[in-house]
Amino acid sequence: MTIYLLCIALFLVGLYGVVAKRNLIKMVIGIAIMEYSINLFLILIGYVKGGTAPILSADGAQRIFVDPLPQAMVLTAIVIGLATTALLLAIAIRLYKKYNTFDIREIKKLKG
Amino acid sequence: MNWWVPIFVIVPLGGAFLTAIIGSFSQAFGRYFTSFLLALVTAFALYIMFTPIGTMVYRVGGHELFDTIPIAIYMVMDGLSLYLLVIINLIGFLSAFYSISYIKSFTSENYYYTLFFLMVAGMNGVVLSGDIFNLYVFLELAAIASYALVAFGIDKEELEASFKYQVLGGISSLLILLSIGLLYWSTSTLNIADISGIIRQNGSPEFIKFVSVILLTGFGLKAAMIPFHAWLPDAHSSAPSPISSMLSGVLIKAIGAYVILRLFFNMFAITYDISLVITIIGTLSMVVGVLLAIGQWDIKRLLAYHSISQMGYVVLGVGIGMLVIAQNGPRTVAAFAIGGGLYHLFNHAVFKGLLFLNAGAVEHSTGIRDMKRLGGLASKMPVTTSTSLSASMSISGIPPFNGFFSKLIIIMAAIQAHYFVLAILAVFVSIITLASFLKVQRFTFFNKEEEKWNLKGIYVKEVPFSMCFSMIFLAVLCLVLSVLVVPSVRDIVLTPAVNALLDSTVYSTTVLGY
Repeated sequence: MTIYLLCIALFLVGLYGVVAKRNLIKMVIGIAIMEYSINLFLILIGYVKGGTAPILSADGAQRIFVDPLPQAMVLTAIVIGLATTALLLAIAIRLYKKYNTFDIREIKKLKG
Repeated sequence: MNWWVPIFVIVPLGGAFLTAIIGSFSQAFGRYFTSFLLALVTAFALYIMFTPIGTMVYRVGGHELFDTIPIAIYMVMDGLSLYLLVIINLIGFLSAFYSISYIKSFTSENYYYTLFFLMVAGMNGVVLSGDIFNLYVFLELAAIASYALVAFGIDKEELEASFKYQVLGGISSLLILLSIGLLYWSTSTLNIADISGIIRQNGSPEFIKFVSVILLTGFGLKAAMIPFHAWLPDAHSSAPSPISSMLSGVLIKAIGAYVILRLFFNMFAITYDISLVITIIGTLSMVVGVLLAIGQWDIKRLLAYHSISQMGYVVLGVGIGMLVIAQNGPRTVAAFAIGGGLYHLFNHAVFKGLLFLNAGAVEHSTGIRDMKRLGGLASKMPVTTSTSLSASMSISGIPPFNGFFSKLIIIMAAIQAHYFVLAILAVFVSIITLASFLKVQRFTFFNKEEEKWNLKGIYVKEVPFSMCFSMIFLAVLCLVLSVLVVPSVRDIVLTPAVNALLDSTVYSTTVLGY
């Protein structure tokens, strides 16, 4: 159970980064940490103690396998995460070129 | 005919691929190809809607059930999916046609149309998916395309809005992924119908409540219901106008409201607590959204706040239906309330899409969005003025237009279900909506300052044909959709969608076939 709680703690660390940090790049890192914690959680769901890769061997011996489906989900989630992080960083760089700063207190044209 | 189902995802995805490749040689290709292809897809969706074939299930990969365990990825087209498909592709087609003239002022048009196709493909995938992880993948496809499209103008406002949208959208996506993980943990399956069967038999109520709350937060952020609405006014007002009309008209419904309906009606058993939460969120959005809207002077920002308020009506209607079902009330009242909500969903897509296109036309001709500096456009832009007038009357509920009937149905359902306070609030919000659209009309189109434009040296003229066509088409739809109150039309278009939600176990039995 501890390991799941640690996973949630990692998620909260990322959330703290997004909420409390004022630097755009640090916010992106916060989102990335949240994403990794969710990926870790999905992998932990499929983990079976002492399990091996789910490949049937020719001798027909019964082995304990880990659940491969969460692993496939995590692969997809990593690719999606790559796309979002890349887009976030691209926008952050563009914002830097416009404002010459990464500080979100300076970037406040939209309000009301 | 099951192979009809994946067509709706394959065609826009293929369109995105072709536009990205051929578009880099000829900019004109994407411009016409997008509207052409989306018109075909819309026609196909309408054809299926008027052909009674019932629920279609397509198994990607073709794997059959293995000992009552679904292996393949399921795509399901039932009444509700079909209803949403028609809305998505119709508004998509009209926005793409409008873009032909509008996007000419931007560079790299082919990327715009590629992203447009990807967004439509993602939304079509979300409404067709019968597998919760597949739904997440399509949702991210639509969301990432929309992040990029919001920033398409690459100016200060657009970039800031897009960053804010991405941070909040990213958090909501991660919450959704977390809840998918939790559901898989407890049920060992990802198929919505299968999950439904398992958690109805032996799901612990506390666990379901926990997952429901996380899911409601995630999709509430996507749908911009009121405690989670902070990104919407920025993102929807900064995007190029056809994209604003797609985001407000379709995206928040397809990846927000639709998924809430699908999961809370067809996957979880309806409980009183969750239906109460959904109704309260809907009411809050309806009231607070309109109060925030009335003080705005930027046209698109005002419209964006009204999107929150009008989505509140949709969620309110559906929430009343859920409350009635949860209390074992009369099913006719529940069907009436859900029908009102879904009807308002279509109407909102039409009139809010039209209003954003009008705002885009005003911006295209004058370059101004601030209502204090506009005025007297009525004689110079007759098409924009008249279409915007019909959309304004529709959103504020003036009788012959569609908005009146859907609001009336929601209010009558609230009275029949004995929620008198909600009915009064709905009437009150409708009156404030009318007031704020009187303000839009007066300050944008009818203020008698026509000579002002000549003094400023701005030569204002009516927008080109493609923009006029889309606006007139939507304005006609504002009137024509009133036909949905006629029972024979209603039975074809709306009733299958309502029935898909009303009988919550029918979904899992038809999808799995046992």
